[in-house]
Amino acid sequence: MSDYQSYMKGSPLEVKVISARFGLPNSTSIDTFVAHDGYKGLAKAFQMGPEGVINEMKNSQLRGRGGAGFNTGLKWSFVPKQTDKPKYVVCNADESEPATCKDRPLMEYDPHQLIEGIVIAGYAIGAHQGYIYIRGEYRYLMDILDRAIAEAYARGYLGKNIQGSGFDFELCTHTGAGAYECGEETALLNSLEGLRGYPRVKPPFPAVVGVYGCPTIINNVETLCNVPHIVLKGAEWFAGLGTPKNGGTRLFCLSGHISRPGVYELPMGFPLRKMIEEVGGGIPRGKKLKSVIPGGSSCPLLSADEIDVPMDFDSLAKIGSMLGSGGVVMIDEDTCMVKVAQRIMKFYAHESCGWCIPCREGTAWLKALLDRLHGGGGLADDPDTALDASYNILGKSLCPLGDAAAMPTISIVNKFRSEFDEHVRLGACPYAGRGSGFGARGWGAA
Amino acid sequence: MADSQQTVTLTIDGQPVTVPAGTLLIEAAKQASIEVPSFCYYPGYTLQGACRMCMVSIEKMSKLQTACTTVVANGMVVNTQNAEVVNGRKAMLEFLLTNHPLDCPVCDKGGECELQDAVFRYGAAETRFVETKHHQDELKFSNLVYYDRPRCILCYRCIRVCDEGMDVNAYGIGFRGSHSEIIPNRGEELECEECGMCIDICPVGALTSGTYRYKTRPWEMEYTGTICNHCGDGCKTTLSVRNNAIIRANNRDHSGFNGEFLCAKGRFGWDFVNSEKRLTAPLVRHNGSQAASSWEDALDLTVRRLQGVMEKHGPGAVAVIGSNRTSNEENYLLQRFARTVLRTNHVDHHRTADFSTLVAALSESKATDRYATMQDLGEARSILLIGSDPTHQHPLLAFKIRQAVRDHKARLYIVNSADIKLALRQAATFVKLGAGEEAMAVRDLASGDGPEAIGSLREKLGGESDTIIIFGDEVQGDSIRELVGWGLSLPGNTRFIALGDYANSRGAADMGLLPGTLPGYQPLSSEAERSRYAAVWGAPIASEPGRNLRQILEGIEAGDIHALLVFGSNPVKTFELLREHLARLDLLMVSELFNTETTEFADVVLPAASFAEKSGSVTNTCGQVQAIKKTMRKAGTRSDLEIILGLARELGSPLAYRTAEDVLREIITHVPGYNVALPSLLVGRAVPTRPNGAPPALERNDLVISSHDTLFTSGTVSRFSWALNSVNEAKRPHGHIF
Amino acid sequence: MLSDDLKSMFDRVIARYPLKRSAIVPLLLFAQDELGYISDEAIEEIARRVEVPPIEVVEDIGYYSMLHRHPIGKYNFQVCTNVSCQLLGGEEILAHCSKRLGIGHKQTTSDGQFSLEEVECLGACCGAPAMQVNYDFYENLTPERVDRLIEELKANGRAR
Ligand SMILES: Cc1cc2nc3c(=O)[nH]c(=O)nc-3n(C[C@H](O)[C@H](O)[C@H](O)COP(=O)(O)O)c2cc1C
Ligand code: SF4
Ligand code: FES
Repeated sequence: MSDYQSYMKGSPLEVKVISARFGLPNSTSIDTFVAHDGYKGLAKAFQMGPEGVINEMKNSQLRGRGGAGFNTGLKWSFVPKQTDKPKYVVCNADESEPATCKDRPLMEYDPHQLIEGIVIAGYAIGAHQGYIYIRGEYRYLMDILDRAIAEAYARGYLGKNIQGSGFDFELCTHTGAGAYECGEETALLNSLEGLRGYPRVKPPFPAVVGVYGCPTIINNVETLCNVPHIVLKGAEWFAGLGTPKNGGTRLFCLSGHISRPGVYELPMGFPLRKMIEEVGGGIPRGKKLKSVIPGGSSCPLLSADEIDVPMDFDSLAKIGSMLGSGGVVMIDEDTCMVKVAQRIMKFYAHESCGWCIPCREGTAWLKALLDRLHGGGGLADDPDTALDASYNILGKSLCPLGDAAAMPTISIVNKFRSEFDEHVRLGACPYAGRGSGFGARGWGAA
Repeated sequence: MADSQQTVTLTIDGQPVTVPAGTLLIEAAKQASIEVPSFCYYPGYTLQGACRMCMVSIEKMSKLQTACTTVVANGMVVNTQNAEVVNGRKAMLEFLLTNHPLDCPVCDKGGECELQDAVFRYGAAETRFVETKHHQDELKFSNLVYYDRPRCILCYRCIRVCDEGMDVNAYGIGFRGSHSEIIPNRGEELECEECGMCIDICPVGALTSGTYRYKTRPWEMEYTGTICNHCGDGCKTTLSVRNNAIIRANNRDHSGFNGEFLCAKGRFGWDFVNSEKRLTAPLVRHNGSQAASSWEDALDLTVRRLQGVMEKHGPGAVAVIGSNRTSNEENYLLQRFARTVLRTNHVDHHRTADFSTLVAALSESKATDRYATMQDLGEARSILLIGSDPTHQHPLLAFKIRQAVRDHKARLYIVNSADIKLALRQAATFVKLGAGEEAMAVRDLASGDGPEAIGSLREKLGGESDTIIIFGDEVQGDSIRELVGWGLSLPGNTRFIALGDYANSRGAADMGLLPGTLPGYQPLSSEAERSRYAAVWGAPIASEPGRNLRQILEGIEAGDIHALLVFGSNPVKTFELLREHLARLDLLMVSELFNTETTEFADVVLPAASFAEKSGSVTNTCGQVQAIKKTMRKAGTRSDLEIILGLARELGSPLAYRTAEDVLREIITHVPGYNVALPSLLVGRAVPTRPNGAPPALERNDLVISSHDTLFTSGTVSRFSWALNSVNEAKRPHGHIF
Repeated sequence: MLSDDLKSMFDRVIARYPLKRSAIVPLLLFAQDELGYISDEAIEEIARRVEVPPIEVVEDIGYYSMLHRHPIGKYNFQVCTNVSCQLLGGEEILAHCSKRLGIGHKQTTSDGQFSLEEVECLGACCGAPAMQVNYDFYENLTPERVDRLIEELKANGRAR
């Protein structure tokens, strides 16, 4: 549809599983899909039976690609088997985590892969209805998906008695209208019910009480796209692609100060340094790296000396950060980290749903404080106050958005403290007029 | 709901606590007298987990947990005091104060604000917030409700009480994040029942009352707990008085069976007491027009005329119409005065429910333990409502019905000829009738004949137990007997409520403001009861049967009744009495708060004290007695008790009571069913009565008529309430969307 | 007035859910696509169709950042300034748009043609700096590209 192709640049280091069909001509059409192993996973799933599929999923070590990294098969196994209530599959296509743009190509170039994954998920848990919750800004993707869904119905991959299996499944898209918080699973459920996107108190978890009070699994687009491959090629193969407990590959979105920004499919556990230097082509203009956001703006930032880490959930947790949603942002030496902190907080303050006190009041306060500090009106206590206020949000909000706002801030203040003090001392931003912006990509500055 | 069968034992701050399984941690702590602070938690309404004030630390859990959403578990070890918890609370308060204006000295809630209290108790350090606060002007949601966004802490209590408690749903939330605010349902305005529950439940001064705001400080007022004078439900309310004027009414300590509830009339409609239109001096008619006079002259004239009439026409020419708003003591005294001093049994009042037949039917069936109380209703599992529209006529009763449906999954069965709101929104089954078919429906229910809808309702109720049956004035006389007979055949402990209007309709009937009925529903025709009361009163009781209200009015028209004493009633309006008829009277004396259609024709008008200006007791529609307490004085007025005692004295038959309590003691001792414990009453309890008697059958079918009041009307007095008339909704027809 | 097309679309969308109110947000967005904003009439109509009091529809409008109650320009420039874009000049693009269009954040040109809005991450991080004009993405922006786009929109009504 757009310039988008320009960032599926490709790299010899890629291992293509879910992006394998992206380059095919007419890749969105069901014919192309079927000609390239499409809907074979579904056929196999029908042979394996629901239990078999869930076991395969558990063993594959597929962990949720939405951010939290929970074992997908395990999550499915929490759905009650014996219940009078209908069950639902909800695909989380809200993709709003800053620096993340990987679900977009999955839906743009291979919509049937997602549909197949959703139908298998529905079969595994005994659901007969699915919804794809797409952020409102992705209208063109909704159109692509709607067309693909219509094709799937026409060919008997959706609807009644799918491929003669006796299994029925309905699927449709649902649009959001601008709210990051609606990516949080329980807020998403409320939004899907036509309510304001406020999170729900957990427990009960959605697997037991989800949309319309019924058992529901919610999975990210990328997570679901992996499902047909796991079913088709087996758990062992999939687990073998990654590191222990981190099966498969992952779409990493390289952005910021990087020579070859783009979306790359790399195995789980791929070394970050190699990702930056070899896949992304290093930092432009020969600049030095200062910091990396490893998985979307909710993750604690890494300093340049922390990049010798395998990109999987457990390794990043070990060094106090998170793999998150796969958005990897490189930040070069010319960048003001106070400004980064300020911009990140501006986002969370804007997106806080406002339900609980620490997140609502805390993010607004921190935003005002960081605005003032970056603008030159900083007070000596500000960096400590910012830290303290962040710690006061951490672990106390109703949903993880509060943590998502606190964690990057804490990491930036702690790791780049001198820049904060420098702002206070100078009463101005020491980076004013320096490199960041257009210059960073080698274009003439505005 | 907690399953009371099983219990769970946990440790809170080192103290073992045993509570029913399913209990929330915050409630378990409360039972152990350990205070866990909260703003958004409100018992009975949905959990929000929003304010995060209730966070406690639980062993084996890495993060603090909200006590309001955590269900207790065996062996749970909870700490509500450690440094992490204390710091967490402080942090929440510091966050809240970032945008909260520090205008406590002028804020209505100053001194009774939950945020202020929490900051005082748990501290919020010195705020480190130096940014500019969001400012926003105060908004007027209605004449009675104002909203100050900066003070709002977004606990969502107002939204829940309006939605879950009131089923009005007039509030929502606008915008997002720190810009979030409470929004009303009609653009910039509220369209609702104007109950003001939102104001009361607001922990801070964000929602304020149009009648109270900026008037005073909480510590400058005196507080008196009493009973609302409007409808027959009997809500407890605290009147706040400064400089001898009521400034506010709210159920401050949530005592009484109404808990946090008050409707618009209870919360705002007391202002008639302060009205400039109150009568403060007696009026006496001279040469055709009324003029102010002294109390002495007014009583003197009344007595002279009375004596004249009695001499000329005999005692049967005098009649008395009592009130359904005055106290039990006054009603008891009035009928005694009529029967032993005036020696007439022509006493009646505007009956709004046929309590007599309910008492007769239950007494005959030896089922006088089957009067349901307001509390019973809130906990009911099965309710049958026939006729009436409680949402408008019995706001508390409707609230209790909703509570039963919400908290106890009660099945509500409704039989009504109108699409009342409870039927459309709360009922499990609604049998819609044609106009005036309620009595027929009762007959069908009782007989098992009739249309299919009634048959299936009968069947459903047969599958319930402990049903509470509630009925309005549509069911009276024999229909009540049929209903009771059938109701008692249903499984379990069926109980009944007859719906009467105004604060003391029930008390008027209980106290014998009825021609053929002595106090406690004892028949006047019974020789034994007559002599029992005659002994108590030290005077004989006339045995000639009295005239009922219709007969009194007919008597006036026919020229048989020559003197009429009216206390707190407006028969000219209620019974459409013609002015020519009244002109035939030698004496019309009216004791009233205001000029009415009836006082207009009076020879003597006596300015009466309102409920706020006297003590005594009233009985609600369920038969529960509660004390009313004197709150203030109104110069120039006298209570009906004083008036009656004065008249008796002037007539040469002084009655030996000095205070209302003297009368009450006699009632307790001598009126069957009223042997209530005086101390209970005086500490503010609602004491149920169990009348047992054989009152005469309902004489005719045009005696019992409900006023069909709305949320904003209450007979005469509501016409003099600024608050009740100031809201737009008062002008809307009945049965509007809310 | 809502068009018949829109109304029949409403019916189709509502039919997808076991609970009618689920359709509120999609219906609001589709109504806005047609009307340019959400009118009182649209609120009443949607509330009626999904069987909720209008205030619940109003609550949703306040929550979702793409929904607005007042008309905006024919072309809504939504410039992302979130980190990935910021690092590569998103703020400069915003400033440039503002200068060229003569309007600020959430403002509309007097001829009703253009509106400008600073928005959060659009999911175009690898094509930063990026913006959306209505639903169309424009990525790897430079001030020159923005200028060209504005000219083309003025001349042809749309641009590629
Ligand atoms: C504030 C917030 C925003 C989120 N946004 C998204 C999102 O845009 N897309 C997504 O897939 N998951 C998002 N998540 C994660 C979801 O809550 C949930 O964990 C995920 O959809 C589960 O799917 P998975 O197990 O396949 O990852 C978000 C979580 C939070 C706390
Ligand atoms: S419900 Fe009746 S008693 Fe209660 S406040 Fe309202 S009018 Fe008064
Ligand atoms: S009382 Fe528990 S979060 Fe408010």
